[in-house]
Amino acid sequence: MVEAKSSAVLIEHVVKQFGEGDRAVHALADVSLNIRDNEFFTLLGPSGCGKTTLLRCIAGFEQPTDGRILLFGDEIDELPPNKRPVNTVFQHYALFPHMTVAANVGFGPRMLKRSRSEIESVVERILKLVHMDHLADRRSTQLSGGQQQRVALARALATQPEVLLLDEPLSALDLKLRQQMRVELKQLQEETGITFIFVTHDQEEALTMSDRIAVMSDGKVQQVGTPKDIYERPINHFVADFIGETNFFDVTVEGVNGGKATCVAPGGARLAAEAVEGCKVGDTVSLSVRPERIRFSQDGAHGDSLNGVIERPIYLGTDTHYHVRLPDGVSVLVRVQNAHGGAKPVTVGDKVALRFDPGAVIMLMD
Amino acid sequence: MSKRTAKQRDLRRYPGFKAVTWACMFFLYGPIIIVAIYSFNEIRSITVWGGFSVAWYVKALNNELIQSATFNSLIVAVGASTIATCFATLAALAMQGRAFRGRDGVFGVISLPLIVPEIVSAVASLVFFVLIGIPLGLGSILLAHTVFCIPFAYLPISARLAGIEGYYEEAARDLYADGRQAFLYVMLPMLLPGILAGFMLAFIISLDDFIITNFVAGPGATTLPLAIYGLVRTGLTPEINAISTMLLLVSIFFVTLSFIIGRRRLE
Amino acid sequence: MSKREDQLRKRHRENLVRGTLLSPALLTICGFLIAPLLIVLVYSFLTPGTYGGVIWEWTFDAYIQFLFERDIFDESLVFSTAYLEIYSRSFVQAIVATIACFIIGFPTAYFIATRPEDQKNMWVLLVTVPYWVNLLIRTISMLFLIRNEGPLNHGLQSIGLIDSPIQIAYTNFGVGIGLVYSYLPFMVLPLYATIERFDFRLVEAAYDLYADRWTVLFKVILPICLPGVVAGSLLVFIPSLGAFIAPDLLGGGKNLMIGNLIALQFQGSRNWPFGSAAAMIVMSVVMVALIVYTRQQTRTRIQVH
Repeated sequence: MVEAKSSAVLIEHVVKQFGEGDRAVHALADVSLNIRDNEFFTLLGPSGCGKTTLLRCIAGFEQPTDGRILLFGDEIDELPPNKRPVNTVFQHYALFPHMTVAANVGFGPRMLKRSRSEIESVVERILKLVHMDHLADRRSTQLSGGQQQRVALARALATQPEVLLLDEPLSALDLKLRQQMRVELKQLQEETGITFIFVTHDQEEALTMSDRIAVMSDGKVQQVGTPKDIYERPINHFVADFIGETNFFDVTVEGVNGGKATCVAPGGARLAAEAVEGCKVGDTVSLSVRPERIRFSQDGAHGDSLNGVIERPIYLGTDTHYHVRLPDGVSVLVRVQNAHGGAKPVTVGDKVALRFDPGAVIMLMD
Repeated sequence: MSKRTAKQRDLRRYPGFKAVTWACMFFLYGPIIIVAIYSFNEIRSITVWGGFSVAWYVKALNNELIQSATFNSLIVAVGASTIATCFATLAALAMQGRAFRGRDGVFGVISLPLIVPEIVSAVASLVFFVLIGIPLGLGSILLAHTVFCIPFAYLPISARLAGIEGYYEEAARDLYADGRQAFLYVMLPMLLPGILAGFMLAFIISLDDFIITNFVAGPGATTLPLAIYGLVRTGLTPEINAISTMLLLVSIFFVTLSFIIGRRRLE
Repeated sequence: MSKREDQLRKRHRENLVRGTLLSPALLTICGFLIAPLLIVLVYSFLTPGTYGGVIWEWTFDAYIQFLFERDIFDESLVFSTAYLEIYSRSFVQAIVATIACFIIGFPTAYFIATRPEDQKNMWVLLVTVPYWVNLLIRTISMLFLIRNEGPLNHGLQSIGLIDSPIQIAYTNFGVGIGLVYSYLPFMVLPLYATIERFDFRLVEAAYDLYADRWTVLFKVILPICLPGVVAGSLLVFIPSLGAFIAPDLLGGGKNLMIGNLIALQFQGSRNWPFGSAAAMIVMSVVMVALIVYTRQQTRTRIQVH
């Protein structure tokens, strides 16, 4: 039996509205989330989806219009930010320019009225943790982007918060540094055991670093799950489309048996999909299939399969993308790894039958 | 196709504009440089150069009237700019952030001393003091100066404040600082260059003021510009040139300093 | 909903704090500038006292005095141009000064705005500094330069261009020079600010369409930089209208402008209501100019959107 982890941050039906009446903007429209202790949790979505607003509500810079936020069981949505044991790493770092690195990191403990020696030892320890101890006396304005980022991290960790909030902290860094920091952040979370709530619009970041991801759009949570869940089992169009690439098929349900549904495509081909709860015969549904889970059948075309004509191959080094045109006009994207030397190569104009990997055909709820 | 020089091909260049600019600079600085040069002339002549001498400066500095006038000017300037800077800082803090109803009106009131022609302000102040019964002397000068120093102090402070991003205060709050601590340890140090620039600007404006001071000064309360004006009435002397040059240098020094401090970037 | 009530209460408290912070500055200005101006307005409708000050009897005499004189024998009103001359001189001087400042100031502002980045600040500083230097000192310096016994005349005479000194000081022309000298930076700086923000790709587009330099200047650059031109013009016109130091030192007591007229009423002539009325007239012109300016600003803003 899996031990239930305690809830670090519980968000209950939070609504955030800006403005009044007709001109009201709903940044958050009924968001509920349960973020567990010692978890690396990511809020992922395009800009304007509400992820930063939600983060700011947890931090205390915004007040929810409705709903509650609980931190380890205590309601915090009435508390000002300086009374919440939650710290933030800001997108632009917000390091105090008139202070040294050490003074910045020691600011939190200082506000909490810790003793001088305590502050010094904490600062030293934390700076060592982020590999910045040698720059303790440098002015914060004289640091590179990556260094500023680490100091911002150190500053937020110095007071041992219960939850650490990170607002797109890697977005200003160049690629190599970003990749390096992803690894370091993940390690930091595992070492300290603090719950990290990470906001980003970069799906690669979300997939590589998170224990769980909440995909958001238009102020609502679209899906919550592990990276694998989100990628392999998207529940709606938005999630399927936002993460990676996918193919959509509009089909009609022919039969439901156990957990599987047989569906019929407009051209007459039959596909087997994982059935969604409550789907009935005769329903029109959308199916999602990832391009890398589609193969060209060696047996050739036959009645029940999805048949099409190869249109344009696009060579990308590691794989080749093929656009396959179906008889009803729909274009399917197929991704084939170039490492496979065995399969028969296809060219423009070839007629092929498409075969889907088992479990790759997902029925969407919308 | 005719060959043209790089200069001719520069789309933004206009012939003659450079000349006008240099002429403008000569025009602006010429008279004061000439006055400065003549202030060092040993003999009292325009046509003959008698040799380099600071005799006129010595004479000017020993002039008792000039001494007491300078002293008065400094007292008033320090007093007025200090009060004005305090008031202006509070006002700038109030005006920042979210727009509120009446904000434009408040800004209008704060800038009013800049808009009203000086002669009108001078006359109004005089009339007011006489009506209320405030005696005309250094005190009345201080009051009148404080009024027009406020907008001059306000502008650099407000500009500096606008340049400070909101996330610094948020970061301070996030790190457990209450309102007082966030202001004292984070906002105020970042604001300081603006406050200093405002103070120096107000100081110079007060030191230099003539028209308003002329009207609200009583007998015996003379400031430096007033004393200079009195001397000019009796005729231009090299002594006046010396005083002018000194005052000029002080003004230029303070203004340049204020400019440099005010421009110090945050990042 | 109690959350909404909380937020309203918070906003009220915030406004209270803002009000408290603003009060020292606002009270000072209201008490020592706005109130005095209102008193001046009231005084302009009163009767002058014998030794200065006012007698609290209401009359329009002060304003009538601008246009009419009372015949001392039969108390009838005779149209008089004495004061109108002063007003028209002031207007003309202010307008001429504004135009002169524009002719000198626009090329200067343009030149500075097209310098490389690192030079720009230095130039701006150079133009700004003279403004902050004591106006009295600067005017005295100008007087020193242009008077008959001054270096300018001596210089011209010594190189043989003229035989006897040209009378520049104590003339209308001298006052005009003084005004331009006083307020030139006020024209250059707003112009510079506007030109600096000007998108020069528009110029490139114009050239692409076969325009020449001067057409571009008058038909592309100037119309777009018009807000800066208007701002600079107002900043020169308004102080020039009410100027005191330049006409006082450089006009020699003869070429009176409104500023001198007002000053006279409170020093020599001791006709406070008349001085107040003159001040009110200047204020009205300034107010009208500002209202026209802000109207135009909002109108352009509405047009743009």
